[in-house]
Amino acid sequence: MKKQCVVIGNGMVGHHFAEKFLESSMLNEYDLIILGAESCRAYDRVHLSEYFDNADPKHLQLGDEQFYSEQGITLRLAEPVTHIDRDHQRVITEQGEYPYDKLVIATGSYPFVPPIPGRDQAHCLVYRTLDDLDAIQASANEGKVGVVVGGGLLGLEAAHALTKLGLDAHVVEFAPRLMPVQLDAQAGHQLKRKIEALGVKVHTDKATKAIVQGDQHRLKMCFADETSLETDLIVFSAGIRPQDRLAASAGLALGEKGGILVDNHCRTSDPSIYAIGECAVWNHQQFGLVAPGYTMARVAVSHLTGDGEVTFTGADMSTKLKLLGVDVGSIGDAHAVTPDSLTYQYSDELLGIYRKLVISPDGKYLLGAILIGDNSYYDTLLQYTLNAIELPEYPETLILPVTSQTAPTLGVSALPLEATICSCHNVSKGDICEAMNDGAVSLSDLKATTKAATGCGGCSTMVKNVLEYELEKRGIHVDKSLCEHFNYTRQELFHLIKVEEIKTFDQLIERHGQGGGCDICKPATASMLASIWNEHVHEPALVGLQDTNDTFMANMQKNGTYSVVPRIPGGEITPSMLISIGEVGKKYNLYTKITGGQRIDLFGATLDELPLIWEELIAAGFETGHAYGKSLRTVKSCIGDTWCRYGVQDSMSMAIKLENRYKGLRTPHKVKMAVSGCTRECAEAQSKDIGVIATEKGWNLYVCGNGGMKPRHADLFATDLDDETLVKYIDRVLMFYVYTADRLQRTSVWMENLQGGLRYLREVVIEDSLGLGEELESRMQSVVDSYQCEWKTALEDPSKRKRFRSYVNASQPRRATIELIEERGQMIPARNITEEELA
Amino acid sequence: MNSMTTLTSQWLPICTVDNLIPNSGIVALLNGESVAIFWLPHAETKLYALSHLDPFSGAEVIGHGLICESKGRWSVASPVYKQHFDLETGQCLESDEIKLTCYPVRIHNNWVELQNTQAKSQLAHIQSKDTL
Ligand code: SRM
Ligand SMILES: Cc1cc2nc3c(=O)[nH]c(=O)nc-3n(C[C@H](O)[C@H](O)[C@H](O)COP(=O)(O)OP(=O)(O)OC[C@H]3O[C@@H](n4cnc5c(N)ncnc54)[C@H](O)[C@@H]3O)c2cc1C
Ligand code: SF4
Ligand code: FES
Repeated sequence: MKKQCVVIGNGMVGHHFAEKFLESSMLNEYDLIILGAESCRAYDRVHLSEYFDNADPKHLQLGDEQFYSEQGITLRLAEPVTHIDRDHQRVITEQGEYPYDKLVIATGSYPFVPPIPGRDQAHCLVYRTLDDLDAIQASANEGKVGVVVGGGLLGLEAAHALTKLGLDAHVVEFAPRLMPVQLDAQAGHQLKRKIEALGVKVHTDKATKAIVQGDQHRLKMCFADETSLETDLIVFSAGIRPQDRLAASAGLALGEKGGILVDNHCRTSDPSIYAIGECAVWNHQQFGLVAPGYTMARVAVSHLTGDGEVTFTGADMSTKLKLLGVDVGSIGDAHAVTPDSLTYQYSDELLGIYRKLVISPDGKYLLGAILIGDNSYYDTLLQYTLNAIELPEYPETLILPVTSQTAPTLGVSALPLEATICSCHNVSKGDICEAMNDGAVSLSDLKATTKAATGCGGCSTMVKNVLEYELEKRGIHVDKSLCEHFNYTRQELFHLIKVEEIKTFDQLIERHGQGGGCDICKPATASMLASIWNEHVHEPALVGLQDTNDTFMANMQKNGTYSVVPRIPGGEITPSMLISIGEVGKKYNLYTKITGGQRIDLFGATLDELPLIWEELIAAGFETGHAYGKSLRTVKSCIGDTWCRYGVQDSMSMAIKLENRYKGLRTPHKVKMAVSGCTRECAEAQSKDIGVIATEKGWNLYVCGNGGMKPRHADLFATDLDDETLVKYIDRVLMFYVYTADRLQRTSVWMENLQGGLRYLREVVIEDSLGLGEELESRMQSVVDSYQCEWKTALEDPSKRKRFRSYVNASQPRRATIELIEERGQMIPARNITEEELA
Repeated sequence: MNSMTTLTSQWLPICTVDNLIPNSGIVALLNGESVAIFWLPHAETKLYALSHLDPFSGAEVIGHGLICESKGRWSVASPVYKQHFDLETGQCLESDEIKLTCYPVRIHNNWVELQNTQAKSQLAHIQSKDTL
């Protein structure tokens, strides 16, 4: 019979333990039983605040759905352990008893609520779990003002959340400055100014004496200095305490300030019991970050396997984050407590920037640092500290502003192989190199194989730098230039075209490139020019930039004929328009098929026939469908509340509106959209670049999905939007994609490579962190306003029409070169090209 | 020999020059074969003519391909499977064995002219017979 390993707590660290346990193949020896108090399986608490943007807890869940159904793992949720019976080696819950051979306690911590009279009333809340956030949301729905007690990291994050919930937010801090643990007085002061500028009121040096009923609002906070503040809800964020209740009553040794004492192997005072994560204290220290918890989980698994080589020896508590859009970083010995340590400081009160270095008495090493206002300095400084790299001759250069706008970086080449790159998953530079030896060549490969950059995400720039450096070292040229004619990326060229108002390829290559151009830079330029200026593809300067599909506005097929795809917005079509398509098909003997994009494709037209066919289609009311372009394809729609008994919104009208708005927009790669009328999702919106799903209150917006070669589920971007906000966000997301993506990069791949990912995109689009919002919208509007049906324009201009001749010196195409045979009542190309000939 | 020389120098007018499209191709019929004619106004050699038939797809498409330059060498990319063909020699850059036929082309009195290659291939035929 297998032995039993019981884990108490299915939080972040408990989950990591289970993952490592599985990897170590310990399941051959043990059954793993996990008992969790929360009703939801392990989720990413670090990104808890995203729950307010996306109320579907699924996107925060850790590991995939199948993980806990693995043979040998039992997960019991909403079943808190009430007692550990060490004498009989069993744990007890209300539902039952579980014997253990080994026990792992991963109960995390609980929010500390200061003993203020009145703290137990309704609307006095905390910020730790999904349930807490539900309670805050419910309370905020009826309120106007919200106060956070505590001005630390979490407190500020909570204040941010309150502003997002539409509340007038206040932070009340007992200490004389914000983030007293990480920042010195000057940095705290700088941060306060920045945060107040963003509309959050900060009250420092305030001790709350009592919470009583309010006059204008629900509650009133009375302070020691006789002042008071009225509010509708209070979120306590005054620190965390290790959840050690079970351990205490079971008689395990605790730390002086609480927490379960563990040794270097994460063993408690009972050798068959381990404690990991925030509930544990090592060397009298609690670690309130996820990375040390993960390390503890690995250490415990290693010890269980009998290896025990990996030990826990403390952890780096450096942190960097964006609080209400303000960069804050704190590294190592930020308070300069090391005797005789020296400091350098730089401060710019106008821009709200503060930087401090703490260096060793001999001036050689960096011991700690503080950053306010610009975290681009963080990675480099952290590496100096963690890897004890000798400082440059003038250390101040590391924090002085640089004219080129980019922070000085420590080349990744200078890092030793042991240097930790990702602390969440303990991935060193050496691990990355090894993964690359085994074949990883991209950021997504590395994420998949090493898990680097898949935790808090803070290390992704660093991981990318190591990747690029190592690729280059291996002789793989990581040239980011577009092609041999331009030493710029697409993004840089886009910027140049926009700023210098470049209108032709010739101008661009003359000013910024060399040589004659090729099939990479020409279509890319055509696409950028079209995104920005939106001129007709047949303008003489643009004609040579595209090959046959874009030039002839039709899709070339394998036998040299073309297919014709009229736009059918939202897939809605009147019977008489259907009949006219049928008539055209019949007249020109075209093979006709319903496409996967809810419209109709007519195959087998010759070049000469294209204008004739389009004349008839346009007369019948059709427009070009851009099936040939890197542009908006279709907006797929379900019938929605027009007919469907479950529909909650008019998905048809929305789809047609979106299709008509974005038709003709040229994008780095094709863009597809869909709108579903309810969560049954008949339009498959979650597989599209832009997906919209109706809710009772409006629309949920999904972005960056993909079908095709490598399907990607779209990310939920924002919820319950009204029509206007929906369109505004789509404008911004799409234009930002147009501005920044690589050539032929679908939105899915763009998102995978976007530094900061979904979170960053939300900041740019929803919070307008780059101040680009209006520009993106007005660019989109100008594309919308300059829309023309390319086919209509081409037909009106005889010089454009002249191009649609198979031969300049003959009036007819030669039918004989296009062999057709009949199949199921339609004409198709003769199947005469064998596989070998193709290869 | 004399009669053969007159045959090879026979130029056929195809179209007037205003039919050419800068940095792109047009297509002509020449003795039942289709020929793509490219005009590169800024390059040293301004006019090229190659077979319009793409040997990889078997479709007549070369004249609708994109003009590319690499290290001073000009080529056209097939729109179907994207192979490149040297404009000067017809050589496929991706595959040694494959080469497109090239045709002599010129501008004469405001006309684009192709050399009558049927005559040329006759010449080749006769020459090979001669050597036998
Ligand atoms: C006609 C159609 C198939 C059909 O008979 O249903 C089709 C036909 C082609 N698809 Fe598609 N795709 C068609 C729907 C799709 C769909 C389904 C959809 O849109 O809901 C997908 C998956 C969804 C997606 O894109 O995320 C799809 C994924 C692709 C891909 C893979 C893209 C990817 O990111 O992985 C390619 C290749 C590419 O774009 O590089 C492709 C490329 C093509 C090309 C352009 C290939 C080519 O170069 O010749 C085909 C030419 C179309 C033509 O000649 O008219 N087609 N293609 C569909 C036209 C829809 C329309 O009305 O415009
Ligand atoms: C809003 C927020 C933002 C954060 N941001 C960051 C950040 O940016 N970077 C960072 O490194 N860290 C951050 N943290 C901290 C990070 O989330 C924690 O360090 C991490 O979750 C600790 O993991 P854990 O498993 O020890 O505890 P938890 O994740 O809290 O898991 C403990 C679990 O045990 C359960 N449990 C408790 N008692 C019992 C019982 N008797 N029986 C059964 N189950 C029980 C609890 O319900 C809980 O689910 C943040 C935390 C919050 C709340
Ligand atoms: S998605 Fe909903 S509304 Fe649309 S057809 Fe399906 S069930 Fe009906
Ligand atoms: S450091 Fe958190 S993901 Fe790498």
